[in-house]
Amino acid sequence: MARIGVFVCHCGTNIAGTVDIVKVIEATKKMPMVAHVEENKYNCSEPGQAAIRDAIVKNRLNRVVIAACSPRMHEATFRRTVTAAGLNPYLMEISNIREHCSWVHSDAKDDATEKAIELISMAVAKVVRHEALFPQKVPITKKTLIIGGGIAGIQAALDIATAGYKVVLVEREPTIGGRMAQLDKTFPTLDCSSCILTPKMVDVGQHPNITLMTYAEVKEIKGFVGNFEVSIIQKARKVDHNKCTGCGTCWQKCPEKVDSEFDLKLGKRPAIYIPFAQAVPPKPVVDTANCRYTKYLRWVADGKQGKAPPQCRICEKICPTKAIDWEQTDQVITEKFGAIIVATGYQPFNPKVYTELGAGVFPDVITGLELERMMSASGPTSGEVKRPSDGAHPKEVVFLTCVGSRDEQRGRPYCSKVCCMYIAKHAIMLKEHDPEVNCYVFYMDVRAVSKDYEEFYKRAQESGATYIRGKISRIRQEDGKLIVRGEDTLLGEMIEIPADMVVLGVGMEHNAGASTLAQSLKISYDINEFFIEAHPKLRPVETMSDGVFVAGACVGPRDIPESVASGSAAAAKVAALFWEDFLIVDPMVSTIDQAKCSGCLLCTKVCPFKAIDTKVLRDGRTVAVVNESLCKGCGLCVAACRFGAANLRGFTQQQLLAELASILT
Amino acid sequence: MPIAPFREAVDAVALAGGEALKQCYQCGLCTGTCPWNLVKSFPTRKLIHQAQLGIVDFESEDTWTCATCRACVARCPRGVAIIDIIRALRNIVAEMGAGHLPDSLRVTMKNIAGTGNPYGEPAEKRTDWINDPELAPVTENAEILYFSCCVPAYDPSVRRLARSTAKVLKKAGVRFAVIGAAENCCGESVRKSGSETLFQKLAQNNIAAFAKSGINRIVLTSPHCYYTFKNEYPKLGGNFEVIHFAEYAAQLLKEGRLKPIKPLDAKVTYHDPCYLGRHSGIYDAPREVLRSIPGIELVEMPDHGPDSICCGGGGGRIWMETKKGERLSDLRLDQAAGTGASILAAACPYCILNFEDSILTTDRVGRIEVKDISELLAEAL
Repeated sequence: MARIGVFVCHCGTNIAGTVDIVKVIEATKKMPMVAHVEENKYNCSEPGQAAIRDAIVKNRLNRVVIAACSPRMHEATFRRTVTAAGLNPYLMEISNIREHCSWVHSDAKDDATEKAIELISMAVAKVVRHEALFPQKVPITKKTLIIGGGIAGIQAALDIATAGYKVVLVEREPTIGGRMAQLDKTFPTLDCSSCILTPKMVDVGQHPNITLMTYAEVKEIKGFVGNFEVSIIQKARKVDHNKCTGCGTCWQKCPEKVDSEFDLKLGKRPAIYIPFAQAVPPKPVVDTANCRYTKYLRWVADGKQGKAPPQCRICEKICPTKAIDWEQTDQVITEKFGAIIVATGYQPFNPKVYTELGAGVFPDVITGLELERMMSASGPTSGEVKRPSDGAHPKEVVFLTCVGSRDEQRGRPYCSKVCCMYIAKHAIMLKEHDPEVNCYVFYMDVRAVSKDYEEFYKRAQESGATYIRGKISRIRQEDGKLIVRGEDTLLGEMIEIPADMVVLGVGMEHNAGASTLAQSLKISYDINEFFIEAHPKLRPVETMSDGVFVAGACVGPRDIPESVASGSAAAAKVAALFWEDFLIVDPMVSTIDQAKCSGCLLCTKVCPFKAIDTKVLRDGRTVAVVNESLCKGCGLCVAACRFGAANLRGFTQQQLLAELASILT
Repeated sequence: MPIAPFREAVDAVALAGGEALKQCYQCGLCTGTCPWNLVKSFPTRKLIHQAQLGIVDFESEDTWTCATCRACVARCPRGVAIIDIIRALRNIVAEMGAGHLPDSLRVTMKNIAGTGNPYGEPAEKRTDWINDPELAPVTENAEILYFSCCVPAYDPSVRRLARSTAKVLKKAGVRFAVIGAAENCCGESVRKSGSETLFQKLAQNNIAAFAKSGINRIVLTSPHCYYTFKNEYPKLGGNFEVIHFAEYAAQLLKEGRLKPIKPLDAKVTYHDPCYLGRHSGIYDAPREVLRSIPGIELVEMPDHGPDSICCGGGGGRIWMETKKGERLSDLRLDQAAGTGASILAAACPYCILNFEDSILTTDRVGRIEVKDISELLAEAL
């Protein structure tokens, strides 16, 4: 026999100012199985909670209804309160008479009072049918998958590994390092990018707790926090990295030369290659699209149509450790992880859509990243800045900020967050490379918001860069010059600059495949395909999917300091998760009555969390089984099940019907 | 027609001392701060941006508007030395022939070049203000050298400033000497007008004359001379102890060498000259002098101290004509009248010249008087 206690909260005047508490108490006393009714100024205050605890003990209550604010506000609080009085926390029900009643009906007090009574009667009817529930404990696999080996992923990997947990770092490219490896120097300190990045890359390669998987991609993700199961494709390198010593003989002798992706096609690389000299691992992969021998093998496989490509195989012949392995194929590796950090970074905006700027048409209109490669001492021009058209050293250089950012017309409404600063850096460095260079910067606003950035902008101006407020509206080619035209909005006049080179401050955009990855991780992404944090301020590295964290520029434009900070933050969250040996799982999840289940498995199709597995019973019937660790208790399966087999603990069909019945009779 | 940046002109401005223009980020606080924009339009910010691009119209009268009052420099968030930029632009006009000097300024510069003073008067007449044996300087064992500034020395309407100063010094028993014909204009307005070569000549000449005197302490009437002796001459080898009269008088009062006893019974407001206030940071000394005088009620104008509004006479503007209706001294006189004061005190010959002119042209004769602090002090002794 249920003995229900109902505790009606005034919430100061929030509830009592609208709802007639005296009438509510009177009506509640008459409800079935209600053994005790009490009002309180603030149920949630310590005296309020003490009153609830005392009443439970004194009146031998075995069910509690708290008529107060939303369960989103204080459900956890009152669960603790009843637990302290010896009740199972799930034998408590909240009746929301504030958000659902007093706040929205402050102009109709009588009706509000009546509604409050009905809401309480529903809760009373429901709580009678509550059962004691007990949270489950699930073991945690204390290993982290990090997707993306840029600076954010590298930082997260090192921090987690240093905390003593295992890490698998998966990188799509043949080396880790990401975009930062392509940069020459970094603002606002002008640190050499390689000098600060490559030691960290080496640390990743050598750390005993880190398994590095380059040239690999995540294929499939199953499971849940603490127990993810991930399939990773190790793409065929055609080089056995266990045998390879990275001596470099093969890539020095390879006769095929193709455009280097790392050098943004400003330089060449062989078909067997490492992307750059400091690559980690320092071992090559064969670019099978361009390798002469793999072309030959394809020609053979395709039935020998046309002229036969040469059977080069020079690398194989000269490799001192016989590491070349033409038989190597893509391998799928499946591993368990307790947490996943997504750090897939960004790609630079392709400015070709700006036809007025001649991007991709005029060879001397380049992007900031291309200039970066040219300025790098280890880059394709050995640090010399040359015009792509004729190799001349440019003297008049015009920069433009916000290319592919702050432009709704081009579908990029957001600020790149970095082009102001990297253009300032370029202006300073070009002047250092060649004091005769004159730099002009067309800008809309100069945003220099982080530590030492404003000072850096000032330094760019002091170095002689002339800032012109306005956007470039047209560039035309004339007598070997680029005639740059735009309005100087501070003078209110059109201005034209005959330039030798134009550098476009292109913005950041989501990396290829971002939305597909987000879908397989069940994390959300915004209209720009940047991943969405659980809370932009308070939960910046968590996602709505427990155990999946985000770091770096895959969340939105970020510079190096922010990427590093978010990598460390994600690592801290993983370390906190791994501190416990078990995860506590909410018991208010779905169950399936195997006796009623027809095996139609419609529930498995509607479940957004892939939480329903199947099982074959001894009698040969196939039935659905809920994985309680994955289930979020959304109830879709309950609605879909035509046989009434699925039920949601804490919100059973019987409970909901009883609620309705209490106000319909 | 679109304009194109002109790099040679940018380099020329930088070379002429206007390097600071690079730092400007075009916020426009200078334009908003500039007192000229209370009476007309003077687009300071735009002028600097034009200089950044090398597209300055050197024939524009805007080149000559700035009175170098330093209000903008004091507030510029980037610390841009705007006065240096103005000076550089004027230098390009004056010495590189990029444009023309305003007529009256050209005459003054010619006078200074010829005779060492802006009035074109003979150097021997420099000490004509000493018309009374009581005021005569000493010839030996002097404590200080007194530098009167050309304006009180030659301009009959303000000669009284040199005399009142001498009277105060005498009353205090200060043994002061003057150099006389061997000295010349300090060159402050010359430099600010862009005539750098002439300034260098004047400065070298003065430095030599003062060094020759063997007296290292110099007391000056004009804040313009004071600023130049104190800040520009040391870079050219002239290292003297430089004291403005206001500071010196305040010190004499403190030491008890001066005792103002005659009550003046007047409401007085004090105008901070730009070169004494914002340029040199001296705000208290002149007020201490005024407060020492019995019977004076010192009242402040709305804009005083570091916020003081220029009389319009700095930066060589004292030698140029300012159109009626655009005179800052008129505006300032309105502020002074608004305080109910019967005396507008100042401590700069330029300010006093401008204010006296404004009293005449705004028909305020007999309603308000302009006096140097030395005059008021002399009257009270």
